[in-house]
Amino acid sequence: MAQVVSTHGHSHEGNGHSHSEILGGHQSYTTVTDTISDVVLKRPLGKAWLFGFAIAFALLMMFLFAITNLLVRGIGIWGVNIPVGWGFDIVNFVWWIGIGHAGTLISAILLLLKQDWRTSINRFAEAMTLFAVACAGLYPLMHMGRPWLFYWLAPMPNTMALWPQFRSPLVFDVFAVSTYATVSLLFWYVGLIPDLATLRDRATNPIVKKLYAIPALGWRGSAIHWHRYRTAYLLLAGIATPLVVSVHTIVALDFTTGIIPGWHTTVFPPYFVAGAIFSGFAMVATLAIPLRSYFGLKDYITDKHLDNMAKVMLVTGLIVTYGYMIEGFMAWYGANTYERYQMLVDRPFGAYKHDWWLLILCNCVMTQLLWFKSIRNNVILLWLISIVINVGMWLERYVIVVLSLHSDFLPSSWGMYHGTVWDYMTFYGSIGLFMTLMFLFVRVLPAISIAEMRELVHELHERDEAKTHATPPAARTV
Amino acid sequence: MSNRTRSDFGSQDLTELRRKLAGSSGPQYWRSLEELAGTEEFERYLHREFPEQASEWHDPVGRRQFLQLMGASLALAGVSGCVVRPEDKLVPYVKAPEQIVPGKPLFYASTAVHEGYGTGILVESHLGRPTKVEGNPTHPASLGASDLFTQASILNLYDPDRSQAVTYNGRVSSWDAFLNAMIELRTAQLASKGAGVRFLSGTVTSPTVVRLMDQVLGPKFFPQARWHQYEPVGHANRREGVRLATGVDAEAVHHIDQADVVVSLDADFLGWGPAKLVNARQLTARREPGPDNKSPIRLYVVEPSPTITGATADHRWPLSTEEIQSLAATLARAVGVNGLPAAADELKAPWVATLVADLQKSKGKSLVIAGETQAPAVHALAHAINAALGNVGHTVTYHEPVAASAPAGQSGSIADLADDIRAGRVETLFILGTNPVYDAPIELGFAPSGSDSTELLLKVRTVVHLGLYNDETGQVSTWHIPEAHFLESWGDARAFDGTASIMQPLISPLYSGRTAAELLSVVVDGSPLPSRSLVEATWRANQSDADFSAFWSKTLHDGVVAGSAAKPKDVSVKSLADLAWPKVGTGKYEILFRPDPTIWDGSFSNNGWLQELPKPMTRVVWDNPALISKKTADNEGVKDGDVIKLTMGGRILKVPVWINPGHAEDAITLTLGYGRNEEAGYHGRVGAGAGFNTYSLRSLNDFWAGRGVLVEKTGETYPLYSTQGHNTMVGRDLIRTATHTDYAHNPHIGPAGHAPAGHEAAVGNEHDAAASPHDQSEETGIVAHGANPPKNLIGFEYPEPMQRRNDGFGNRWGMSINLNACIGCAACVVACQAENNIPVVGKDQVGRGREMHWLRIDRYYATASRDAEPSANPATHFQPVPCMHCETAPCEMVCPVEATSHSAEGLNEMTYNRCVGTRYCSNNCPYKVRRFNFFQYSDQLTESLKLQRNPDVSVRTRGVMEKCTYCVQRLTKARIEAQIKSPDGFEFVSGDSVATACQQACPTRAIVFGNMNDPKSAVAKAKVDPRNYSLLAELNTRPRTTYLAKLTNPNTAIEA
Repeated sequence: MAQVVSTHGHSHEGNGHSHSEILGGHQSYTTVTDTISDVVLKRPLGKAWLFGFAIAFALLMMFLFAITNLLVRGIGIWGVNIPVGWGFDIVNFVWWIGIGHAGTLISAILLLLKQDWRTSINRFAEAMTLFAVACAGLYPLMHMGRPWLFYWLAPMPNTMALWPQFRSPLVFDVFAVSTYATVSLLFWYVGLIPDLATLRDRATNPIVKKLYAIPALGWRGSAIHWHRYRTAYLLLAGIATPLVVSVHTIVALDFTTGIIPGWHTTVFPPYFVAGAIFSGFAMVATLAIPLRSYFGLKDYITDKHLDNMAKVMLVTGLIVTYGYMIEGFMAWYGANTYERYQMLVDRPFGAYKHDWWLLILCNCVMTQLLWFKSIRNNVILLWLISIVINVGMWLERYVIVVLSLHSDFLPSSWGMYHGTVWDYMTFYGSIGLFMTLMFLFVRVLPAISIAEMRELVHELHERDEAKTHATPPAARTV
Repeated sequence: MSNRTRSDFGSQDLTELRRKLAGSSGPQYWRSLEELAGTEEFERYLHREFPEQASEWHDPVGRRQFLQLMGASLALAGVSGCVVRPEDKLVPYVKAPEQIVPGKPLFYASTAVHEGYGTGILVESHLGRPTKVEGNPTHPASLGASDLFTQASILNLYDPDRSQAVTYNGRVSSWDAFLNAMIELRTAQLASKGAGVRFLSGTVTSPTVVRLMDQVLGPKFFPQARWHQYEPVGHANRREGVRLATGVDAEAVHHIDQADVVVSLDADFLGWGPAKLVNARQLTARREPGPDNKSPIRLYVVEPSPTITGATADHRWPLSTEEIQSLAATLARAVGVNGLPAAADELKAPWVATLVADLQKSKGKSLVIAGETQAPAVHALAHAINAALGNVGHTVTYHEPVAASAPAGQSGSIADLADDIRAGRVETLFILGTNPVYDAPIELGFAPSGSDSTELLLKVRTVVHLGLYNDETGQVSTWHIPEAHFLESWGDARAFDGTASIMQPLISPLYSGRTAAELLSVVVDGSPLPSRSLVEATWRANQSDADFSAFWSKTLHDGVVAGSAAKPKDVSVKSLADLAWPKVGTGKYEILFRPDPTIWDGSFSNNGWLQELPKPMTRVVWDNPALISKKTADNEGVKDGDVIKLTMGGRILKVPVWINPGHAEDAITLTLGYGRNEEAGYHGRVGAGAGFNTYSLRSLNDFWAGRGVLVEKTGETYPLYSTQGHNTMVGRDLIRTATHTDYAHNPHIGPAGHAPAGHEAAVGNEHDAAASPHDQSEETGIVAHGANPPKNLIGFEYPEPMQRRNDGFGNRWGMSINLNACIGCAACVVACQAENNIPVVGKDQVGRGREMHWLRIDRYYATASRDAEPSANPATHFQPVPCMHCETAPCEMVCPVEATSHSAEGLNEMTYNRCVGTRYCSNNCPYKVRRFNFFQYSDQLTESLKLQRNPDVSVRTRGVMEKCTYCVQRLTKARIEAQIKSPDGFEFVSGDSVATACQQACPTRAIVFGNMNDPKSAVAKAKVDPRNYSLLAELNTRPRTTYLAKLTNPNTAIEA
């Protein structure tokens, strides 16, 4: 395993982190492998894990109950109405999809940009992406009046020669989300193969060994394997990169193609993407902070990681704030009666003003705290801010979906929307689904990539040596 | 423990128990006193596995036996499935029923009765079941239009809660049993000349019933019997007013089309009364600009509680009932009526002089109308004013009375009836179609009330109740007979001007209902004659068989008895000096009783369409809150939905309030017809539990208005739901208005964008005032939708087939709604619901914003001046909003499955089968006219409701979007007919040969629809009218539904 072939070892001189910043303690290949694989193979089921899993699973059961009731009775159990035809369903869809963005960004774009600090968080960020996309993908299905006909949105040859309507952004959505889910899954799985092999090799229980052996696809760690693995991984990263931008752009088109004041605006695609990364990183921080503490992985997910994530949140938070400002400015500058009313009267001073001001507080004001290094380095504060951002981003989608619809063109048809108990059950239930999957994931798969961490150990070691011997870094290309 | 053991325990000796307790040591645990006593029964009970009555299966069933049984069951089930059924053959009719072609509806002329008066109708019948009611154009009270009650009556016909059986003392009996009882009763009463017999009916105009009643009360049968009439919402004051003014009984008929100035003294003549459809037609005709209308009509309305008539007025002032009386006296004095009662006050208001001047300027062309809610004295003054202004013979004529009053000396009020019952003089009471236990004045004691807990009717030995419902009255009657609905019975009725028309059945009675005539025929003929022969006998008179046969078929076909209008009557107004002037009550608050705008006096309370129809002024559904003004609400510290306690004459009613802009100060309006429930004997599943029973405060003295009500805040709240949450246009250019003077100056008021006067609405519109439509089109790229539609539009999505239509080939559907004519009566909304199988969703779902009306009427308020309290007396504007059928419809491009698409003829079509229910189309609809089936709203289980449905329209299921289709089923029919008629199969629907349901119902012809490619069609003409404008035209949706701007005719001498 020592013969790791690095493709990017040579480029770390400029932005390379010191050993202690992104990898704590004195790590060797053995300690890395032991620490990470022991979480899965050796560590007994802890009470805290069981407790957390029980709560998550209970929420999941509530989710099933809510969906069953939905299918039996119809979407009338939700608060949606005319004029507000979309409510929690689409809010949650966009929220989950947004959260899903961090994984791909970390895995693909940061990989291509050779940011080695991504290594310790990419695995569970990718897992989080997959689970968030799974949660997101359920909502468009559930929100349909006749969900059993969902397949009509897919282009299938049929005797009636009926196709979906390709002008509708909802059809783009089907493609965008399903592509995103597929690529994310592949990317995650390909990255897992060497680790699955490690787990297979280290497992003592023959059944567990077998279970890891099957998905490990006969990985033996030969140079040829590594070579092909690298190529595939990079190709997938290349494919995934545009998806980071495209998926949320298309989700933004769901709104911008509409003519509703508050939806019909060109700023949406970029600011949706920024918002997605914003919320995605917030969710990664929300999960990483307790995870590293509980499983003793502080050496792998270091304060430097958290600091970097906080910086990303700060930047994307500022982009989002800029988006809000532009929305308001364009409504004023465009002199469109309906948009002015929606943006400058209804949102800040209308029936939902509390939601709007809370959104500004969460996403614009609280984010400014991240300018301060002391706050970025305060784990508890950072964790709380990341949760506030998650709430804020949920509110943002609520404001966009509900407030725009509730007062559009004709005052006679203005109406109010409030989520019902079933809306909340479905929302919290989907969090239960997400948490259940996360809990299972950290128990059965390595939450941090063992192979990549070993590579990192190797690289950092090389780098340290290069510094010590004052020799130029070896050009160790393949 | 069952009762049996409980009673056994009763026989236990307590000393025995004590003895047992004494003989033991330590705490004793016992489950029941039976156990404690150690009875044998308890021991047995303890050891039994099952309760005693439950049988036990003692045969042990082994595995083999079980398999045998199962096998046999399966085999037998299979056998029974293979039974050879008797062979059924589908064969065509050997002799087809006359005129019936499956799939093609037939129309029959008949008569609908509301408030006792008849309106001619045409009923659509599909294979023998009536599905839709339309107005009869040849009938003088309909002129082709209909009101919301007529439209909704079809649902009453199929109401599954209608009375379905004869009952005797509450138990199901039979018609034969009733006849036997009647024969005995008749014999007994014949001996006493009917001294103990009373009849109670509502207003009767039916010549057949009158003829039979005359016979019953004639010397041959019951000369000493009495006939009482009572209508909770009737015309007693109107009739009494004519009698006071002229000394004779006569019917006053108003000719609004002859008037230039109309003053309404609390007369809701557009929403109430047998001539309302005619009034609406005439009034709006005189509001339309045109070469033949040089002097447009001006309408002044004074009223305490806002009505659609007040909303239509050019000037409206909220006044209390007393102030209106004073105004009547002031006007009378000013126009020179002699000999006025001394007690009458003057009304001091700045506008009175101007009003008088306007009336005097239009002598012979003015009209003062008093409303039923005003005292007879006010009516008398109105007649005197009309006489003084020389209007009699021009704008008002007098005719022989239309509604029957029982022969002189025998007429009596319901109060007399109550007195007679109390005095024990009534042995047999026939109640013909009314419901006094629910709706009679409360102090008479028909309903059980606190002071007198026995219902009055229980004091009568035999009460025979004929009613559509086995209602509150039916429950306490000896006999209840199901009444036949007017759509299932033979009968006749007279219209406001006396014109008679025949009622013919469209279906045989669903529940063996009988008519009042049949019931009376029991007395006259000993056994009932069929109602058809009873009606024929009335009209046969002295005609020969051949003559009668011709007359009869012509009358049935036309729906009108030719030449039957009431004869004019010469009357003269006498001196009114000894007129009893109504006393002004004391007390801060005036309480007003009004018929409910949608369920009337309660007779429609089980009609879901009308319950869910937003009240024209408040838009509230399913309830009758107490209406008050904003100022009154502030004084009392209440807001919408807060419950107040009203105490009046010792009677208490708790009712929530609703703030109604334009309501008179210090007045509370209660509408009738609600608050019915099971406990009171009402069994309608739709109406039970809705609203508050305001009859419980209504007494004879305070029949329409009264003072002395005590108002208390309770602190409780009650959910009230309105379909319109926002009442102003927030400065948007949605309803465009101008005055007739403006219009004469520059007729292009539609595109120029006049918003109604008002500080909110006026913002940003000043610069538009002078703009011509041409300027507008250059600015926005919008061109008026005239005969020359633009070509090659950027972003036009369906170029080819549409372009052919735009070039004049085939049909190009369009609609125009004249806001100047719309009075907000809501007949169109009910007509749409009836035509298109639109479900009722219930109060809770409306509260969640899920009403299903394809066509809604938006009601906006506008305030004239910035200084005034905006809700004190705002102008009210109505705007019916159906689907706009946008040529570039925003809904179409967002549907992922193309369930909504565009037809070549310009329809925005909805394919229910393809809809998956994403609701994006609705979100993206700027007009929010799309409706979604959040649940399975259509009742697919109730059998009788299936009969009502229009077979040409799909019944939608859960999860599907729906909306106005321009009645595509009617368009298809018209297209097919055009194709058949055209020699070359050309499907050009010409002129106005097709009508949508809303258009057909509209009393004022505000809605026109047709093929815009036919320049002769009314819609093509409307589209080039300078008043034509599109709603939200700036969105470039290019709606096919456009509006004609509203014109008002205010008196410039009056400040706001």
